[in-house]
Amino acid sequence: MASASSSLLSKVPTSSANTISFSASLSPALPLFPSQFHLRRHRRTGNALRVQSKIREIFMPALSSTMTEGKIVSWIKSEGDLLSKGESVVVVESDKADMDVETFYDGILAAIVVPEGESAPVGAPIGLLAETEEEIAEAKAKAASAGGSSPAPAPAAAAPAVSPSPPAPAASAPPPPPRPADGPRKTVATPSAKKLAKQHKVDISKVVGTGPFGRVTPGDIEAAAGIVSTKPNVAAPAVAAQSAPVAAPKVASAPSTPALPGSTVVPFTTMQSAVSKNMLESLSVPSFRVGYPITTDALDALYEKVKPKGVTMTALLAKAAAMALAQHPVVNASCKDGKSFTYNSNINIAVAVAINGGLITPVLQDADKLDLYLLSQKWKELVEKARAKQLQPNEYNSGTFTLSNLGMFGVDRFDAILPPGQGAIMAVGASKPTVIADKDGFFSVKNKMLVNVTADHRIVYGADLAAFLQTFSKIIENPESLTM
Amino acid sequence: MQASLSLSVSNPAAIPRSSHGFESSIPFPSKPVNLRFCGLRREALGFSSASTYPLSTSRSSRSVARSNKVSASLGSANGSSSAPKSFDYDLIIIGAGVGGHGAALHAVEKGLKTAIVEGDVVGGTCVNRGCVPSKALLAVSGRMRELQNEHHLKALGLQVSAAGYDRQGVADHANNLAMKIRGNLTNSMKALGVDILTGFGAVLGPQKVKVGKDTVVTAKDIIIATGSVPFVPKGIEVDGKTVITSDHALKLEFVPDWIAIVGSGYIGLEFSDVYTALGSEVTFVEALDQLMPGFDPEIGKLAQRVLINPRKIDYHTGVFATKITPAKDGKPVTIELIDAKTKEPKETLEVDAALIATGRAPFTNGLGLENINVATQRGFIPVDERMRVIDSNGDLVPHLFCIGDANGKMMLAHAASAQGISVVEQLTGRDHVLNHLSIPAACFTHPEISMVGLTEPQAREKAELEGFEVAVAKTSFKANTKALAENEGEGLAKLIYRPDNGEILGVHIFGLHAADLIHEASNAIALGTRIQDLKLAVHAHPTLSEVLDELFKSAKVNAHVGRSPVAEPVAV
Repeated sequence: MASASSSLLSKVPTSSANTISFSASLSPALPLFPSQFHLRRHRRTGNALRVQSKIREIFMPALSSTMTEGKIVSWIKSEGDLLSKGESVVVVESDKADMDVETFYDGILAAIVVPEGESAPVGAPIGLLAETEEEIAEAKAKAASAGGSSPAPAPAAAAPAVSPSPPAPAASAPPPPPRPADGPRKTVATPSAKKLAKQHKVDISKVVGTGPFGRVTPGDIEAAAGIVSTKPNVAAPAVAAQSAPVAAPKVASAPSTPALPGSTVVPFTTMQSAVSKNMLESLSVPSFRVGYPITTDALDALYEKVKPKGVTMTALLAKAAAMALAQHPVVNASCKDGKSFTYNSNINIAVAVAINGGLITPVLQDADKLDLYLLSQKWKELVEKARAKQLQPNEYNSGTFTLSNLGMFGVDRFDAILPPGQGAIMAVGASKPTVIADKDGFFSVKNKMLVNVTADHRIVYGADLAAFLQTFSKIIENPESLTM
Repeated sequence: MQASLSLSVSNPAAIPRSSHGFESSIPFPSKPVNLRFCGLRREALGFSSASTYPLSTSRSSRSVARSNKVSASLGSANGSSSAPKSFDYDLIIIGAGVGGHGAALHAVEKGLKTAIVEGDVVGGTCVNRGCVPSKALLAVSGRMRELQNEHHLKALGLQVSAAGYDRQGVADHANNLAMKIRGNLTNSMKALGVDILTGFGAVLGPQKVKVGKDTVVTAKDIIIATGSVPFVPKGIEVDGKTVITSDHALKLEFVPDWIAIVGSGYIGLEFSDVYTALGSEVTFVEALDQLMPGFDPEIGKLAQRVLINPRKIDYHTGVFATKITPAKDGKPVTIELIDAKTKEPKETLEVDAALIATGRAPFTNGLGLENINVATQRGFIPVDERMRVIDSNGDLVPHLFCIGDANGKMMLAHAASAQGISVVEQLTGRDHVLNHLSIPAACFTHPEISMVGLTEPQAREKAELEGFEVAVAKTSFKANTKALAENEGEGLAKLIYRPDNGEILGVHIFGLHAADLIHEASNAIALGTRIQDLKLAVHAHPTLSEVLDELFKSAKVNAHVGRSPVAEPVAV
């Protein structure tokens, strides 16, 4: 155990006049915590002696930068013991360690104000040191009057100290507020709510609990303290968690519209929190959208042919996108720092899947290199794993381009939000029969679908996207290359 | 009668304290003598052990006492005509927990025909409702902690996405482990030819056991190893759902948002580790003024800084829970607290669940102890240092032993097993007294706590009484390469020893894998190895065991390296 030591005594010369002086000193072992000490007014009554007698107060030292109160582990000296400079007097427990506190003055330990096992805020007197035996009684009386529950000292409203000894700046910091009385309280707060309240100095009794049975939850304290909860442990399992180091936008605390009576509040699951976080992050990316109609008769015909072999539409679209991306690497790039292009060496197609009230994007890695059948098989595995929540991080956060298809629900067009860390996302609508007039004025009915790509305009410009979509539509309209 | 027993205890204890020349200067009775006495002992109903220590100083008084007792015991044995002449078994063990299992295996090894009686499931508390399933839950909580500690992972350069868990999956892991170990235990006994008799066992009379309703089995010797059940103080209504004991908690049927744990001993502490890792908040209710009573205060304090303060745990100390009402009719669990000293009502807690971890009570009801005139003390069966059962007159009951939680000497699974082995050693002709101070204990929190021997206050008290000096050495895990490589530098090892002769009085460890590290110290205590000898032992580098290496090396022993590497063990 570290045994640094520190001595904190305020010197109060008590002549018949009400002069106040103080001294505060710290042992060199702890130079980092220049605590300041407030003063206590001390009046010496009924003493005609002209002895320059002093009663000093031993204060609760600040043993670490985060310490707000300390607990007396043990008094090494007892009342009436003679102390000499440099001797350890008391062992104080801080939030970090136990430390011996030593005196910088000779004297007699006249009174113990804070007994063993009790706590006092930093700066509160914990004992009195008398210089002579005559003063012990007086010090005891003083301790008795100050004693009791709240050792909180009166703030030093005193006039500037006329002190001969230390030139150190006077105590200016107000003493820590007295601890709230431990009386019976009706408010029920959970352990971590209590800890947070202490940390953020929130008065629990003033917080209205929203938890079960009206108890105060950590969230209530955070709300009261005006903190937006940032759960440190929520990593992002969903939506391409390759979070680029984009500074998350400062979220203004939402205007607190009162909840309608009867409404229920269901907290986000981990996955939902991750989605929420990623969606907010996406706001910092300047994105734009380009739509493109594509005839799918040939693709549909191909699909009918390969379907019995286990090929899915997702695999077809992913393969087509991957082949197009191979020709337009900038659409497969990402902008990580706002200053450069990051060209990805692999084409990994993330495909958005709705799963148990959440959203996850399993990734078809190297989709341009795998053939359709392997890709379909791979996709099947990924979906199974996603359902069983067994996806490995690299199986959902390694995407370089995302594909989102709502066509199967009859959605004819929509636009997607660009996931952080990627350059573009493609939203695929339903393919449906459409009357088409060709250049010769002949009408015909063809299946058409609308795809809409959202891209990061820092790296992908309009022409890039248009060229990419043109390539993509050619592949879809002449899909033979997909099976090669 | 009791006096002669305590004499024989104090003598062996005195031996190690005498000079090293002692053994060579006084002709000690060697093995043959010992064997002869042991042979005799079996006829004389087991009272010869004191003769192993024929020190001339107090010999006369002791031998008188001893002969008295032998005749008394003989008399009682002759008087009870019910004692059978031939036996079904050499040894019957009532209770197939870890204690009974250890005894049975050793008995078979020693050639005894052995049966074990079990009224419930093989494995007892440890395997089914204790150490084993709790280790499964703690294995999960340890990993959850690692995966949730983003700061820690980052320091290692790892990126892991959110850790989640499936409650049923975790519960199944615990249950499967218990089943597996139970199977192993059963098979190991069956394979060795131990008869497993199913049914509740009760002592019918000397050397007679009733199994189930009407089967009577006889045996030369009987060991009671019936163990314990969770202790629930009065006023607490256990419904098995919201107010639970460790029995229910290990099934992990639900993970409450907020659970109060009554009792902050090792059971409560381990569960706080599990529950907080799974997302619960915990409130401890402790009757004593400090959390973690029973641990070395310094270790307890450090453990509190690491295991309690930074976690979602708060606590009430110095309070009794006088009334605990399960959740019902849309109301939460309520816990009424009173001040432990003034008995004044203090506070009423409202929580989602309460776990009663106030210790364990011996399971000795219905054992037929009245048939042999044995009165339990708070439920515990009184025994001497050789686990021989003492009846209400203070006499030893012939051929009857009690081991494990039921005797309350040291309520640990491995202590029960060690006691069982000790008894079998005695039955098969080798006197043996188990040194309980050499039995390690561990608490499997993250990080772990382990200990063996005396705590510092206990050691200082003993030193005061017996007039020797005590010194303390400490080492930190922060200085250990392996611990730092794991980024787990939080921890302390503490050695309490006698600087005059290098005897280890106690070792306490808090830190990574502390439970595995303690055995170097416990073995040293068991074998009487002195620190000056241990200092010369080599530890592989870099390993956590170097924490103990450092610890021994930092001790300042005045004595020279011992003449014999293994001194006489200390009996307690």
